[in-house]
Amino acid sequence: MNTETRAATADHHHDDHAHGSLSTYLLGFVLSVALTAVPFWLVMSGALGNKQVTALVITVFAIVQIVVHMIYFLHMSPKSENGWSMMALIFTIVMVVIAMSGSVWVMNHLNSNMMPIHQMTGTK
Amino acid sequence: MSPDLLKLIFGRLGIESLPLHEPIVVGTFVVVALGGIALLGGLTYFRLWGYLWREWFTTVDHKRIGIMYMILGIVMLLRGFADALMMRGQQVLAFGGSEGYLNAHHYDQVFTAHGVIMIFFVAMPLVTGLMNYVVPLQIGARDVSFPFLNNFSFWMTVGGAVLVMASLFIGEFARTGWLAYPPLSNIGYSPDVGVDYYIWALQVAGVGTTLSGINLICTIVKLRCPGMTMMRMPVFTWTSLCTNVLIVASFPVLTVVLALLSLDRYVGTNFFTNDFGGSPMMYVNLIWIWGHPEVYILVLPAFGIFSEVTSTFSGKRLFGYTSMVYATVVITILSYLVWLHHFFTMGSGASVNSFFGITSMIISIPTGAKMFNWLFTMYRGRIRYELPMMWTIAFMLTFVIGGMTGVLLAVPPADFVLHNSLFLIAHFHNVIIGGVVFGAFAGISYWFPKAFGYKLDPFWGKLSFWFWVSGFYLAFMPLYVLGLMGVTRRLRVFDDPSLQIWFIIAAIGAVLVLLGIMCMLMQFAVSFLKREQLKDVTGDPWDARTLEWATSSPPPDYNFAFTPVVHDNDAWWDMKKRGYQRPLTGFKPIHMPSSTGTGIILAGLATAMGFGLIWYIWWLAALSFIGLLAVGIGHTFNYHRDFDIPAEDVIRTEDARTKLLAGAK
Amino acid sequence: MTIAIKPTQSGEPLFYLADEHPHPEGWSTSLGFWIYLMSDCLIFAILFATYGVLSGNYAAGPAPKDLFDLSLVAVNTTMLLLSSITYGFAMLTMQQNKIGQTQLWLAITGLFGLAFIGIELTEFAHMIHEGATPQRSAFLSSFFTLVATHGLHVTFGLVWLVTLMTQVARFGLIEANRRRLMCLSMFWHFLDVVWIGVFTFVYLMGMLR
Repeated sequence: MNTETRAATADHHHDDHAHGSLSTYLLGFVLSVALTAVPFWLVMSGALGNKQVTALVITVFAIVQIVVHMIYFLHMSPKSENGWSMMALIFTIVMVVIAMSGSVWVMNHLNSNMMPIHQMTGTK
Repeated sequence: MSPDLLKLIFGRLGIESLPLHEPIVVGTFVVVALGGIALLGGLTYFRLWGYLWREWFTTVDHKRIGIMYMILGIVMLLRGFADALMMRGQQVLAFGGSEGYLNAHHYDQVFTAHGVIMIFFVAMPLVTGLMNYVVPLQIGARDVSFPFLNNFSFWMTVGGAVLVMASLFIGEFARTGWLAYPPLSNIGYSPDVGVDYYIWALQVAGVGTTLSGINLICTIVKLRCPGMTMMRMPVFTWTSLCTNVLIVASFPVLTVVLALLSLDRYVGTNFFTNDFGGSPMMYVNLIWIWGHPEVYILVLPAFGIFSEVTSTFSGKRLFGYTSMVYATVVITILSYLVWLHHFFTMGSGASVNSFFGITSMIISIPTGAKMFNWLFTMYRGRIRYELPMMWTIAFMLTFVIGGMTGVLLAVPPADFVLHNSLFLIAHFHNVIIGGVVFGAFAGISYWFPKAFGYKLDPFWGKLSFWFWVSGFYLAFMPLYVLGLMGVTRRLRVFDDPSLQIWFIIAAIGAVLVLLGIMCMLMQFAVSFLKREQLKDVTGDPWDARTLEWATSSPPPDYNFAFTPVVHDNDAWWDMKKRGYQRPLTGFKPIHMPSSTGTGIILAGLATAMGFGLIWYIWWLAALSFIGLLAVGIGHTFNYHRDFDIPAEDVIRTEDARTKLLAGAK
Repeated sequence: MTIAIKPTQSGEPLFYLADEHPHPEGWSTSLGFWIYLMSDCLIFAILFATYGVLSGNYAAGPAPKDLFDLSLVAVNTTMLLLSSITYGFAMLTMQQNKIGQTQLWLAITGLFGLAFIGIELTEFAHMIHEGATPQRSAFLSSFFTLVATHGLHVTFGLVWLVTLMTQVARFGLIEANRRRLMCLSMFWHFLDVVWIGVFTFVYLMGMLR
């Protein structure tokens, strides 16, 4: 059997998705509880004083928590499905960022150029 | 019966919903009904129902599903083209105080239906059908990753098409243009069922499209035969992969936008209304986030077809395979960054417009690279001007014109003049007909012998080709002129008599295209009658290069008796060159998925639910929804979805082919 | 894994597998399901984008500050987080082939999910009672749609969970059922990830406005 055939058939073994263990699940859980609790506390107590700083901080917490969930609960790794899962995820994140930031950018510029209807009718 | 009870049973569907006062529609209905009765009668008389149900409707074979998609696309092409002819006729007549023969109410439905049908139920099925048929064969697989899902996806697409067709005779279709912009499509301005037909037809079909996208991505990623690395995949498989990635990344957007529009219409929310903080422009923004990738969803597979055809009929390896792949990937990403160029005039300002103008222009670079790759493939090749190659050359000429007018439109200041003019109409017909439709025809004439075992008749094919190409130019070049003169789209009557001559030329072009379509149907009929003469037993009538030509025509259910092993981009060419001998012994049972009727039942229920929601027949919608859940969950209790084709059957099939091949020598 | 090959002639390339092993059942399932989740992710992305654009349009109606009760949201978030870890336990016990415990953890997960839905519905009912209906303003339309779409996904997950528990009870932890539990696991944790976005950008940020 020549090498390239072997290379292409080598991944034909079954069950290559990663599983967690009790410790990784618990670690993930503890981390996500902390990463949830802190933002709630920050907003409810107003500990940081400045709203913009608070918004920034809780955004960072959210991103970190999403990563934690991806690793410990969804068992994402660059190796699962020969990297295709990660590739799909990265592509999706790019699309999500484009669609969300693009829409907000486009619509904000529209609103500042053209007076939005709800301001015109004075309902705001 | 009391009105309340009637309303409970029929919702807002009543005898007045039938367009009995529209003579054109009644006439159409009579013709369609007679044709339908004749068809159903014929099927019953020849006892074909059982055969159709067992071998086609419930099949999970990607080849048969692919063929059914193609039939759906061609049937719907006839409907969509009839709408086109009606518009051309109206615009020719409506001069000098004449109102033409279509009233506004009817005309607006015609142009909306034309756009919706041509994109969703002609171009999409043709493209999906070709991908379905060809991709598993090109990668040496036995079927797609999720064969049941494939069947379900197909029937969902049919369900959507059925709803659009139903709108012709029961109630009416949307009068909003093919993207149904609010506030016009909101309940206040479109209180009748038209927009609801639009929404539910697209939602039902959209589910099918998304699922088939997921299915084909998985197929390409997971089921490639040994040796076929990513950079050895045929270009058509590459473009199919990118197209399906785009489908999965963009159809959910359409689903959400339409869902929000239906919430506005059914529940009274304020997403896209003019009051209470709603923003109609947000709809435009969102729907084009789907809409722009959609045009690349359609054209990328066509690019793949042209690549296969060019290298086959030039007798050369494709020039610049790697750059072709990268160009495809770059287009895939960029197609997601240009959506605003569809509404430069909305008023987002200079910075936003310049960003999207520049990204739009950048797309022409990878596309241009592809064009040069095809040219260099042809350069010093032994070109055979068979039908697929003729379509390809027509594409190259036409698409370049369409591409250049596209770059003009990508310049925001120019777009402010040309926006919504007939120049735009000419541009996108130029790229969609010149790219997607010619591509689909190239694909059909190229792979038809693979699917049926005989070539298409070249005489009628060439006739159809010349009618189509000349008809296209006559029909759309005048629209560029009219657009530059400032004529806007979707107009029903005209004041300026000097414009009429251009519309007459365009109408003549449309008639030529009609002749092209008729010649094409004739070509199918003649080829079927002359199938013995046109027969190809080799399985490789074009001396082609990729794996689908390694098996018989039509391929057996299992595609390949033994899974092929690939050593080169042009796998089959490589096998022929190195003296590949077809294996004659050692056949084994082959594991295959079994047919199931669940897909068609689920899709039928989804269509019924859509119908119920359109007409406010709530009991029907609720019952169908419960039915969907019950059948869907019930299906998961079936754990035995595969069977083995016994070795004897494989041996019988393969021996028959051995005899055929020996006879051909 | 070795593939038996009938050599054609010494040195000649191999063009087909004389003895192939078909792909195991479910060979594509986890990737396919993952790609489905990605498409679902885009559904939520567009709902978030809509919320992002419309969330300031109160139309003289109530603003987040008038409506949101962060302690309730915190309880709700806890329910979802707990259901995530209990689903994790179900997966762990499944790997040890302990049917009874797997079913137990699945049931607990379902109860937490139900609690989540219950709390969410209470919150909605309360808001609607106060006149903050989805029809009241674009902000409320996009709020209700985003949060309810997540809730509908959880509801669907619950239906799926019950179906799977029935199937595990009837057919045991066979390969097909393990694969299905694995898919539901991805679905469930994915909804958790979406909820992180919801509580951060809708509820917490809403209170900061």
